[in-house]
Amino acid sequence: MVPEEKLAAVSAVQNVTAHSHREKHFSDRLFFWFLRASGLGVLALLLSIGIFLFRASQPAIEYFGWNFLSSQNWDPVAKDFGALAVVFGTVVSSVLAMLIATPMSIGVALFLNELAPRSVARLAGFLVEMLAAIPSVVYGLWGFFLLAPWMRSTVQPFLGEYFGFDFFPIFLGPPYGVGMLTAGVILSIMVTPTVSSICREVFKAVPRANREAALALGATRWESMKVSVLRASRVGIVGAVILGLGRALGETMAVTMVIGNRTEISSSLFAPAQSMASIIASEYPEAAEKLHLAALAEIGLLLFGVTFVMNAIARLFVWQVKRRVKG
Amino acid sequence: MTAQNSNSAVLQIRQLDAWFGQHHAVHGVSLEIEPKTVTAIIGPSGCGKSTFIRCLNRLHEEVPSARASGQVWLENQDIYASDVDPVRIRRKIGMVFQKPNPFPAMSIFDNVAAGLKLSGIRRRSVLREVVERSLRNAALWEEVKDKLTAPGTSLSGGQQQRLCIARALAVQPPVLLMDEPTSALDPISTAKIEELIQELKREVTIVIVTHNMQQAARISDKTAFFLMGDLVEFGDTSTVFTVPKEERTERYITGKFG
Repeated sequence: MVPEEKLAAVSAVQNVTAHSHREKHFSDRLFFWFLRASGLGVLALLLSIGIFLFRASQPAIEYFGWNFLSSQNWDPVAKDFGALAVVFGTVVSSVLAMLIATPMSIGVALFLNELAPRSVARLAGFLVEMLAAIPSVVYGLWGFFLLAPWMRSTVQPFLGEYFGFDFFPIFLGPPYGVGMLTAGVILSIMVTPTVSSICREVFKAVPRANREAALALGATRWESMKVSVLRASRVGIVGAVILGLGRALGETMAVTMVIGNRTEISSSLFAPAQSMASIIASEYPEAAEKLHLAALAEIGLLLFGVTFVMNAIARLFVWQVKRRVKG
Repeated sequence: MTAQNSNSAVLQIRQLDAWFGQHHAVHGVSLEIEPKTVTAIIGPSGCGKSTFIRCLNRLHEEVPSARASGQVWLENQDIYASDVDPVRIRRKIGMVFQKPNPFPAMSIFDNVAAGLKLSGIRRRSVLREVVERSLRNAALWEEVKDKLTAPGTSLSGGQQQRLCIARALAVQPPVLLMDEPTSALDPISTAKIEELIQELKREVTIVIVTHNMQQAARISDKTAFFLMGDLVEFGDTSTVFTVPKEERTERYITGKFG
């Protein structure tokens, strides 16, 4: 009612708070500085990795220019390097992984959130999360000694026999066991915990009232999930999948052990290939040439950029869902 | 079990009990609901009125650890008989909830058409007709006819609730259950919904749970008073509110407790 009085009261309050700020304990200030330094430190680290990769790849960037991206030759002896074959191997194995992992993860998330009794959900949820804790090299061993022989003896002959068409040659060719398909299968298992746990978070954000609305309309359990949960979660699911894809693109050890390590583009999914991460892991120790090292660093730079962008997009998607739910 | 439905009641509830785990929430309630009337269920919080109404379309049992027993006869069929599929029953009994809950990420049109699509009706012309009729019946058509593709959640709270009513009406259920449909709404939206209920009762039998005794007095033909899981009194609204038979009813409606 009386503006002057009000203003005076407000400034009095401000004075008090300002005063208490000045009086803050020394230990508090120290702690804030520590937090601030940690936050900035992470940022600086990220930047320095980017700068390092850029400088390390400078010789290759200067020598090959944009051809580096469009050439599929990778010949350390002839000192001719192009990234297309490894980009191809990375993209194909990761996309395969997501094709398998997406329905699997959504299924796991729906089962654990919507169907399973609480005790089962807690145990199974824990076990799925544990999949993420298994070291990548262990997946690699399992893949190399168990999965790859099984793919060679059973899965690949089956696919070749029934789905191997000349006009659609992705299931043609000799079954090696190791190759893009096997790498895709391993990757799908490795990203499922990530994708399914994000899906679970997203599904949890759908209010119970929406499920009941669907049930009250005469929806079956599955229809209710489809109409209320899945439909409302589309954006979040896309976010989860992109995040999983980001992980699959950069996964190194397990892929290196099962992809076959041949830097070539092949139309067959059975064929051995090489991914961006696996070529760095397998060739870096032997790369003596300056140009070879720089080419590997440039692949690292590409991988860094792609996964960074992928993760950023995925976070944006997931944030959008959370914001919308909060209203 | 013959001649169970000799009188005119559209819903006959017999000895209905409901539990949440060990908690006995509704105690052997029997009640008959006449066609094309509004029946109000009143009582203090936690008296089992919401649980009771949720038993009438077998939604109660969807909550983990919840169960119900007894008989509820709808059109010569006991919906609690062992060979009855609750999904089929719920298509005949519409429900409107406490908070407006249109499906997110779905347009106004798709929200209203959701029930039809679940019944397998996909012909665009049929859907369009039913959506328009339902929205008209819910007194929402004039407000949304130019933005049917807008998301249902973009509407105001009162409009969302009328959208939910339209969604429930689309499948033409003979019975409409309303669980405190105006408790989250402002007075003007509430008045609109109450007016709408008066319109709807020409076509549909309505059972409404309400916290608001004035509302029950304004809109209902019959009133049932629940207390701690028991049906204390059931009769014509005018009688229950003026000359209740039970002292407990009188004490509640005169504001002595609850």
